[in-house]
Formats: sequence, C-alpha cells, structure tokens
Amino acid sequence: MADMNNTQSDAHDMGLHTEQLAGRSRKVFFTADTEEHFTPAWECPVDFQREAELDASDLDSREVNQRIRDLMSEGFGSITVRNPGARHGLGVGILNRLRLQFDGSLGYFGCGLLDGPNVRVSGRVGWSCAENMMSGTVVIEKNAGSTFGAAIRGGDLVCKGDVGSRTGIDMKGGTILIGGRTGAFSGFMMQRGRMIVLGDAGKNLGDSMYDGLIFIGGKIQSLGVDAVEGELNDLERKWLAEKLARYGLEAPRGVENMTKIVSGKQLWNYDNLEPAEKKLVL
Amino acid sequence: MCGIAGLIYRGEQGGIGREMTSMLHSLKHRGPDSTGFALFGPVQEEQNILRFKLAEPQEMFGENQQSNFQIEEQLKERRRLVDERLQGLGVELHDQQQFTDYACRYSFTYQGDGADLARRIEDIEGVEILSMGKSLELVKDLGDANTVAARYELESFQGSHGIGHTRMATESDVDIRSAHPYWAFPFNDIAVVHNGQLTNYWTNRRDMERRGHRFTSKCDSELIAVYIADRLNQGDTLEAAMHRSIEELDGVFTYLVATRGQLGMAKDVMAAKPLVLYESEQCVAMASEEVAIRAVFPQEIDTWDPYDGEVMVWQT
Repeated sequence: MADMNNTQSDAHDMGLHTEQLAGRSRKVFFTADTEEHFTPAWECPVDFQREAELDASDLDSREVNQRIRDLMSEGFGSITVRNPGARHGLGVGILNRLRLQFDGSLGYFGCGLLDGPNVRVSGRVGWSCAENMMSGTVVIEKNAGSTFGAAIRGGDLVCKGDVGSRTGIDMKGGTILIGGRTGAFSGFMMQRGRMIVLGDAGKNLGDSMYDGLIFIGGKIQSLGVDAVEGELNDLERKWLAEKLARYGLEAPRGVENMTKIVSGKQLWNYDNLEPAEKKLVL
Repeated sequence: MCGIAGLIYRGEQGGIGREMTSMLHSLKHRGPDSTGFALFGPVQEEQNILRFKLAEPQEMFGENQQSNFQIEEQLKERRRLVDERLQGLGVELHDQQQFTDYACRYSFTYQGDGADLARRIEDIEGVEILSMGKSLELVKDLGDANTVAARYELESFQGSHGIGHTRMATESDVDIRSAHPYWAFPFNDIAVVHNGQLTNYWTNRRDMERRGHRFTSKCDSELIAVYIADRLNQGDTLEAAMHRSIEELDGVFTYLVATRGQLGMAKDVMAAKPLVLYESEQCVAMASEEVAIRAVFPQEIDTWDPYDGEVMVWQT
C-alpha cells in the first residue's frame, strides 16, 4: 500500500479511502473521551500464538459459537473449527481480534456481524455470508451462495470461487472480491464500497446503486437501472492490482481491461421526479 | 419456507430410501408439517405400482371422536370398493400392502388405459391416488422424515433416484392432500417437489382444467406437476418442458422433477429460492441447504448454487 499513501487524499475523494484490513472499525464511532469509558461486554485480549482446535461434529451452532467465545476469553487468538458440517450461523457476532479458521463448509448466515476477526473458510458458504460485517477479513476458498456480503460496512470479504445472486446487496462500505462469477442483481442498491468480480456478472448488475464502485473482469449480462459504465483510472488500476495480489488472485485479462460500473445518479431524489421523468430514468 | 432435496445415482441402484431420509431429516427445520418422498425403484415393465390413500389422517384422529368410530367402517368400505373396481377392470393383483389405516400400496398387471383406471379409483369418495407407474413410489404423510420413513418402511428401499420435500404449510392446509411430492395425474412415473410461490397459479390451473386435467388440492406446486406432464404429453423433452415453465410460470420458485430415468431442477428468473448442487461421477445430489447434502456426503466436496433461470437435467 506504499504507493497508495501518496495519493490518499485523491483516493478519499473518489471513495477509495484506505481501510484497516484488521482491527476495530467501530473506533471511529466514538470520541476519545467516550471510548475511554466504553468497555464492550466481552472484548478480550487474545494472543495469536495461542492456538486451539474445536471439533464441531457433535455441537449445534449455538454451542460452537459459545465455545469460540470461551476460547477467546481464555486468551486463544488462533482457533480452528473442524467439521462445521455446513451448519447455519457459525462464527457470528465476533467483535474481537481473532484468527478463525473453519475446516469445511458453512451454511446460511455464516460469519455475520463481524467486527475485527480474520476468518478463513476452506469450503463453501451458504446464503448471506458475512452479512453486516464491519471490519476484518473473511476469505472463502470455494463457492458461496446468494446475498454474499449483504449490507457490509467494512473489511474485505473474499470468495475465490463463484457466488450466487444479489452479491453485495445494500452494501455500505468495505470490499467484496469474487474470484469467479457472480449472479443476477449483484450490487443491488449498493450505497458505498467496492466490489470486484474477476469472472462474469449476471443480469441487472448494480441495479439502483446509489454509489460505490463495481469492477468486472468478465462479461456483464446486463446492467441494472441507473448503473453505467465508468472510466477506469490509474489509481483504481493500482488499487485493484494491490487488492488482488493480497489474496493471491489475478484478473484473467489484466486489471487494465476490467470494466468499471458506477451509479448514473439519475435515481437520486427519485421521489421528487415527475412521473414522466421517472419513466425516462427507468 | 419448505425444503426440497433430490438424489440420482448414475447407472446403478442404491439405498435411495435411506439416503433421502437422511437428507430430508436434515431439512426438518425448513418444514416440520409433512414429509414426502418420490422414490424410483427398479422398473417393472409388466407391473404397475399404485400408492393411494383412503382418507386424510385428520379424519382418523380428528377431535370429533364419533367420527373415529365411523371412519373405520368407511375405510373398510372404501378399500372394498377399490378392490371391486380393480377386479371389474380385469386387473391382476400381485401384492397388497397397507402401511397405515389409510395408506395402501398395490402392485398389479393391467393392460388397459391407466388414466381410466385412475379416474375410476378416484371416483370413490375419500380415495386419492398418490402415484401410479412402473417405477415411481410416492409416499407422503404428516411428520418429519424419520417418522414417515419408519411408518412406510423406506429405509430398505433400493432405487436409482428420488426427490423429496419437507413442508411448512403456508397457503393450504396441513394434510396429505397438500403435501409434496405431487404425482402428475394420470401420467406414469412423474413427480414434482417445489419450494416457492406461483403467482399465476389460477390462470394456469383454469387453462389446464379446461383441457381436462384434474387437481386434487389448491397447492400451487401441483400445477407444476400437471404442467410438466402436459408438456411431455405434447412431445416436449423434459428439459424443453422445464425451460418453457420458466417462461410461463410466474413467481419465485425452485422445483425438482423426476421421471422414470431423469431428474431435473429449475430455478426462476429471480433466483429467489435456494438450491445447492453436488455432482460426482457416481451421483448428483441437490437440496435447499448444503446441510442436507452433508448428511450423506460428510467428506470434503465441492458444492455450488445454480443461477437464475437455470435448468439442469440428469439421467440415471
């Protein structure tokens, strides 16, 4: 990111401000004075050198999540969960620094409501992975279901395979990086943040997006309402190269040939438009 | 919400009853009201397999205790009428089984018109055919998968493929009539399970009824079974019929259809209902949630979601 520092002010203006890839994003919501008196109920210092394993074979989701919390409170900073068995709601609500590894697949709503941990899933994840993530990283080695990264606000969410439909719906920040293909309605009502898709994108890409940036490496089946093609600039090319390298991914045709999609902003103040104008926009 | 699942072995028979039970039991949380199986056993070219019910469970165990005394006699009479009509049609019965007070399985030889036979049986008050064919055996009842499988002795069922459903009743009653799978009356060996809602159900149903198709329920899923059978009857391939259904059926849905040698999936253009797929050289498995696939394939496997408007068909 060294080169990025020189252009940080430009990047900020363009919505490409740098983010903490690990750590507590919520710090920005409190003043120094407030934060001094604010102690989350279960924030705990952990040591990344202390490693623990957890076999989920005979545990339900609630028990697995409770065990992760218990291990964190005991100071374990690196936790590996074996045999997650595609159960729903695993690894959710972790507001702490942690290295968390799932050896296997997760079901629905895995890794939701995260703020801080670095998670790796060796298998596939079901629908709504990492919903509402605030910060940290979640890396999926295989495929993911629909509504991947819905409403995330920060952090990096990576799927190295294909994802389903409505990826990044309502996203408000952070970065979603897809190594393969994404389905229909990806980036629907996106408000901020960046989405990178190295493969093809399904129909209605970026439908009704307010803001944010989408980069597509493959073909786009169709653009959604008010999504338009933008011009890729040098800063974005650098940023893309940096981001892909960080996760060991490459754009099949090179980052310089990726397509950038932005909001046409014709839907802004939609309610104030006359009916005839609405028809023109849609 | 409902859960659907399917499993097809490539070129071999297997413990389809046991494995479908495991898959469907894993989906119990998506629909605890009823569970149904459409299992395809070895094809019996010379024989027909008929699964039918004599009454709804509510009639047996209703709050009105007086009804219970009456229903026992009614069930005997209904079954006597079924036997009488089959005999009258010249059916050669080979085997008769009764799994509950209201659920029967017959195997028989019959050279006549199957549709005519089905209509004559269903003409008896309270009697409904669940399936008829050379391979298909359709079982559905109230309760979870383990309960239904035990009641109908499905653990030992050997076959090539099957589909199943766990139902959460939303738009129709909790009864067998509204449970899935649906047999495509009167066409042999076609069954459908569905997760979703069809928004042009009545338009299509009226059109089908005008053309002579019969419906036993007000469940929109039944329409898919009849629709597919109607298209097959008009000469479409299964794949073509399913592609056409994506165009003509409105709503949000994912459905599975199984015929004597095929199993297919279709997803609506919004991709609003889930399905996860696993494909290997030996078999193809699919379910609303991966947890159902993991119930029979606990080892590390690659799974993925089909996309909007997608149709896939596999052969046994």
